Amino acid sequence: MEEIVKEVVIGEQEEYIINMGPQHPSTHGVLRLVVSLKGEIVKNIEPHIGYIHRGIEKMCESITYPQIIHLTDRMDYLSAMMNNEAVCLAVEKGLEVEIPDRIKVIRTIMSELSRIQSHQLFWASYGMDMGGQTCFFYGLRDREKILDIFEETTGGRMIVSYSCPGGLMYDIHPNFQKRVKDFIKYFRGVLWEYDAILSGNVIFRERTIGIGTLTLEDAVSYGITGPSGRASGFACDIRKQEPYSAYDRVKFNEVLYTQGDTYHRYLARIEEMRESMNIIDQLIDNIPEGPYFVKMKPVIKLPEGEYFQRVETARGELDVFIISDGNKNPYRVKFRSPNFVNLGVLNHISKDFKIADLIAIAGSLDFVIPDIDR
Amino acid sequence: MDKTQLGEFVKSHKPDATVTEGRQYTEITVADTELHSLAKILRENEETLFDFLVCLTGVDYGDVFGVIYHLRSTRHGHMIVLKTKTSEREKPVLNSVCDIWNTAEFHEREVYDLLGVKFNHHPDLRRLFLDSSWGFPLRKDYVDDINIVSK
Amino acid sequence: MLLNTISNALSTLSEPWWKVFYDFSSLTRGIDEGLRSSMSEFWAVTVEMLIIGVVFLLFYAVIGLFLVIAERKVCAFIQNRLGPNRIGPFGLFQTVADLVKLLFKELIPIKNADSFLFNLAPYIVIIVNFMVLAALPYGKGLHAIDFNIGIFYVIAVSSMSVIGVLLAGWSSNSKYSLIGAMRSGAQIVSYELSIGLAIITVVILAGSMQLSEIVEAQRTGWFIFKGHVPAFIAFVIYVISGTAETNRGPFDMAEAESELTAGYHTEYSGIKFAFFYLAEYINMFIVAAVASTLFLGGWMPFHVGNWESFNRIMDFIPPFFWFFGKTFFVIYLIMLFKWTFPRLRIDQLLTLEWKYLLPINLVNVLVMAFLVLMGWHF
Repeated sequence: MEEIVKEVVIGEQEEYIINMGPQHPSTHGVLRLVVSLKGEIVKNIEPHIGYIHRGIEKMCESITYPQIIHLTDRMDYLSAMMNNEAVCLAVEKGLEVEIPDRIKVIRTIMSELSRIQSHQLFWASYGMDMGGQTCFFYGLRDREKILDIFEETTGGRMIVSYSCPGGLMYDIHPNFQKRVKDFIKYFRGVLWEYDAILSGNVIFRERTIGIGTLTLEDAVSYGITGPSGRASGFACDIRKQEPYSAYDRVKFNEVLYTQGDTYHRYLARIEEMRESMNIIDQLIDNIPEGPYFVKMKPVIKLPEGEYFQRVETARGELDVFIISDGNKNPYRVKFRSPNFVNLGVLNHISKDFKIADLIAIAGSLDFVIPDIDR
Repeated sequence: MDKTQLGEFVKSHKPDATVTEGRQYTEITVADTELHSLAKILRENEETLFDFLVCLTGVDYGDVFGVIYHLRSTRHGHMIVLKTKTSEREKPVLNSVCDIWNTAEFHEREVYDLLGVKFNHHPDLRRLFLDSSWGFPLRKDYVDDINIVSK
Repeated sequence: MLLNTISNALSTLSEPWWKVFYDFSSLTRGIDEGLRSSMSEFWAVTVEMLIIGVVFLLFYAVIGLFLVIAERKVCAFIQNRLGPNRIGPFGLFQTVADLVKLLFKELIPIKNADSFLFNLAPYIVIIVNFMVLAALPYGKGLHAIDFNIGIFYVIAVSSMSVIGVLLAGWSSNSKYSLIGAMRSGAQIVSYELSIGLAIITVVILAGSMQLSEIVEAQRTGWFIFKGHVPAFIAFVIYVISGTAETNRGPFDMAEAESELTAGYHTEYSGIKFAFFYLAEYINMFIVAAVASTLFLGGWMPFHVGNWESFNRIMDFIPPFFWFFGKTFFVIYLIMLFKWTFPRLRIDQLLTLEWKYLLPINLVNVLVMAFLVLMGWHF
């Protein structure tokens, strides 16, 4: 095919262009947004990413499958459990290994705990973006408790590397069930504070309701998944669509709203924390006995072919696409990371709003920059 | 529609396309010139209605580059995989599907950035992660003496 | 000569030294007479001015540093933390250490900044603060300048601080600073109206603009109680717009951290940054001090009608402490706002002022004038 060359004009002359980032308090990392303003009104946003691009996909091509697990932790470090799980599921699917129930249940509990702590951090940092700095401390206070549970069982707090092809790295700690139950009891008791300090606040509602509305058509077309997509009514929960691990044996609701504005993107996350607690409730008391690891071959070689695994992380759909040529390392690995795709919609929904709204909208999409850059 | 029906549907519109029943999804391989029109049919036909581009992957096949599209219909809940290959390695060009799925804009920029495949009619095709002086790192013949340890 | 003066001043204190907190006039008179007896009038006045200047400098530093630590403690209290607790008892010297650190930090020159205005801006803010502080009554007989239009002077001078903010934002030649300064300008100019009208409500009730007379008029009852509902409304409006005027959360648009990094003082470093930082806290102190003078009776103790014994117990607490007690109460209120509310957006901020506070205020002034005219207040 012939290449068509065309000139691209960026921005207009009379607009006031400011660089938001890469060092800015509310881009949550090294994201750089080149924002064209007219007065306080945002006219165009150009995301410049890649400040922490590590070439994870390229690195995966020269390492073995169990090693890939440790790289996935570093993508979306708040959903490390789910990222690990995604690769494990893809590899196990390729090897056609039957995974015992114990592993499935533990993976599910861990994923849901991970989801809760991710949403807690979202709530904390979103409060801070909106100028309510107290939220940050309340959110981190509760998140510590989950990280302590992780630390006890996995040895890591954020970068856990807990799942591995064929099972789990270690068995759960004897205290695990008790501590998780304690946490759920505690967190049910304090979740009302989240609503009291932010969700119900008049100023907060004024600033978020009706801001950055994303319609259902756009959400599907831009591929916005996770709580952000579900706030627009896009039923994109992989846990419902293609249940993996132990999600087929638990009852939970998919949190769906139709408004699609910033406030409902925020609310969807708060509600998801409740749903996650329900899921853990159903599983924590009946973790089946059994091995925590299936004996695998010392060198894992995937048969030639393509393997596609979809997993719901805290921010949306993470897809792992492995193309194998039968060797011990993959031919090509693709991570469809939710944040990377969600970033694409930022310009679309924050046009013609104010700078302060841009912060609110970008915050409600809940970016984790290493997941965008990979 | 199930996997076989999808295959037949594509065959009826594009007789040249190769349909294989993959492990998970129906896989369609089409020529680079046919891709955009097939994508449009799949997106707009009421029976298929693939309105969600789940994933867009660029692959270096050695002699040519390939791009793989994973599509999903939010109404019908079925999935399909489209595959296409560029005609040459020196100047790899494909047609953009940005006008069909907005999300393709970022995905295609990523593929351009890491593999060097250009997309016609893309509204803003620039490097995404890397500087313009970098090579295309996902190509198999990419050499980096410092960072890549070759065994 | 100086020793002579001091001994003279102390000799006038026939009562124990702590009695001075009940009435400072004997102390100030003693110093005045001592100076005048030992030198010509010109030099006496000069030395007096120097003394007042030094006292205010010390006061400024102490109150500024204390407010910073108080804010950090209040904020820690709200956020389930301990706050600073390493340096000195309960971390009281934390801010002193911070200030020392800021003093030693490099003043980074900005290449393309307008360096004269850039250096001038923090001083304008500081000077304005001093000018306002001089006019406030801190206790019985502790009043540097008692203008007959004292409250008018306070409003007029305090609104000059916006010049410093605008200059800082403009001269830094930074985009964030400029946006912050413009927001700050719009905000202060708008809220000045509300503050003015709220104060006019009190002036109508007091019948004077002299701060000492306003305080004196509250001997029989604080204005917030005397003036029925209109005075209370005026107090609420005053506190809201005072918070906005000092650029504090939830109205901290000018330095909205998550949007504009640090607003107008993004480019400042070292002690020049500390000036802005201290000025913000002194502004808060001024707003609270004016609120307590106008609405909460200044240094007047809390009295209830003819409860003689209760009133005597209240009188036992010196007026000096009454004034600071009330001021810190208002400061605590303002701090609570900052640490519990999210930030408003700039257009919502202006809507609040022009569409709600201003009309309410105008009606409120009319109601108050009517009340005073009919003599319906206490």
